[in-house]
Amino acid sequence: MVCKGATMNPFDSLWGTIVAGVILTAVLAVAVRSFLN
Amino acid sequence: MLMELVPALARWLHFLAGIMWVGLLYYFNFVQIPALKAATADGTAAGITRHIAPRALLYFRWSAIVTWLAGAALLGAQFVPAFTLAKGYAGIGIGAWLGTIMLFNVWAIIWPNQQKILGMKPASDDEKNKARRVALLASRFNLMLSLPLLYFMAGGLTHRAAFGL
Repeated sequence: MVCKGATMNPFDSLWGTIVAGVILTAVLAVAVRSFLN
Repeated sequence: MLMELVPALARWLHFLAGIMWVGLLYYFNFVQIPALKAATADGTAAGITRHIAPRALLYFRWSAIVTWLAGAALLGAQFVPAFTLAKGYAGIGIGAWLGTIMLFNVWAIIWPNQQKILGMKPASDDEKNKARRVALLASRFNLMLSLPLLYFMAGGLTHRAAFGL
């Protein structure tokens, strides 16, 4: 799907939300492992 | 005896209420929202909005409170180290912060907007449409946060190897 001039919001789609959650999990896990502990 | 019983009961209650909270969050996102679209199209949405949604929201918002309180009791003396992300507590601390943000979303954003949508609070059609959008985005935001939440809750204090401890 081509979206001209519009920003896609991942929360408009169930699976976009899940992908965002997986990415956030990976980012936080790396942050905890590398910087916070 | 009591010193062992309190954390055991707190952990049990934290799991029971947490399953209800996150289970209902998944029910809203995976089942009710898509079903409501289909039901609105064939004129049967009232069954969901009058009889199912208010009950689901009741258990949803109160199980969120119970989950948080039981989690706080379970942390006990580790409450401050967890929330300040002290050394060795970052994993469970991130989980605790995610749960706290989700609890705030439930009571400060999702519930007030759902009250407008379901007619429990007076609202114009424009206000209802805006409330639908805000409630959907807040619910999806919590769905996103639930993924790292469960990762950190499941491993925060026990799977120390995963956190480089």
